[in-house]
Amino acid sequence: MDLLLLFIGAVLVNNVVLTRFLGICPFLGVSKRVETALGMGMAVTFVMTLASIISYMVYEWILKPADITYLYTIAFILVIASLVQLVEMIIQKTSPTLYQALGVYLPLITTNCAVLGIAVINMQAEYSLIKSIINGFGTAVGFTLAIVILAGIRERTDYNKIPKSFEGYPIVLITAGLMAIAFLGFYGLIK
Amino acid sequence: MSAITERLKNGIINENPIFVQVLGMCPTLAVTTSGNNGLGMGLATTVVLLCSNLVISLLRKIIPSKVRIPAFIVVIASFVTIVDLLLQGYFSELYDALGLFIPLIVVNCLILARAEAYASKNKAVAAIADGVGMGLGFTLALTVVGLIRELLGAGTLFEMAVLPSSIQPISIFILAPGAFLVLGILLAIFNYYRAKSIQGGK
Repeated sequence: MDLLLLFIGAVLVNNVVLTRFLGICPFLGVSKRVETALGMGMAVTFVMTLASIISYMVYEWILKPADITYLYTIAFILVIASLVQLVEMIIQKTSPTLYQALGVYLPLITTNCAVLGIAVINMQAEYSLIKSIINGFGTAVGFTLAIVILAGIRERTDYNKIPKSFEGYPIVLITAGLMAIAFLGFYGLIK
Repeated sequence: MSAITERLKNGIINENPIFVQVLGMCPTLAVTTSGNNGLGMGLATTVVLLCSNLVISLLRKIIPSKVRIPAFIVVIASFVTIVDLLLQGYFSELYDALGLFIPLIVVNCLILARAEAYASKNKAVAAIADGVGMGLGFTLALTVVGLIRELLGAGTLFEMAVLPSSIQPISIFILAPGAFLVLGILLAIFNYYRAKSIQGGK
């Protein structure tokens, strides 16, 4: 039950993009089409879940025993960068179709601050391995949800007439603001 | 000398990281609940940017181009760790307010973008000027967004009350949606004046 609440909390209540402001760059950058947004969401889910597991192991089994926990920023970013590289190589070898679908987005994930953010949040909250995985996966699902919804709205607003100075980023930010107001409705869903 | 002032002006106005390049959005939206937080985050980022630009510029002939991105990230992460520890030691209030977003300076796309686009190709002095210019531009934008949200959402500026207490603050502006709305409208205003000045130039 605890784990289910943690999952729902990570997807809706503490939505990574709309309430925690992590991963804004891909959220704004790759949300022009629903298909690409979904691809990005899948790639992030994959990497974020794995990164939660591996950064937990690195923190508990290497940094803590060696008493160098203050180096966590460097350790985590290296884990994520190498993980992204590894995932890219594995997918390329095993499933060329998936590689083609995700290909472009994989390298971008290294600089997606949501992935590093979740590793740090898991560490600060002192989650167990299972909780870290659930939190990482739930957060990634929340990211996918938000980016797909935004992409759906943007496909529509493409055909609308908007004032010239609002074209591009401004209108996207305001759309995201309205989505964030909607997501405020989930506040208090879990106590 | 003029080259240095040119880099500073470029970073603060012509290629302002937030209003023109739209880089580093996560901290811009997340920590700007007040002018103080915006200013603190901006200055912390400026320090990291300045140091990493300097080191990367000095090492630019040593780092092989194939592994340059991981090398840059390690340099940046080291400085972020130093800033993190310094803030924790000397500015614990600001450290608590910025929280998660201090380690996340590592993945601020602005810093990596400057390392890749400028510091790795230019001499140390120019790289420092570029870092300071971009950093100040970033700080300026964060402070402006922070002040607007603080004024509308809490009725204060740098924690000093400026609105009479009879005016009810609009608290949504210090919540999550306010960040998106304020930045969206600021960018639109910026676009409007830029389009106007381009037309006027012709």
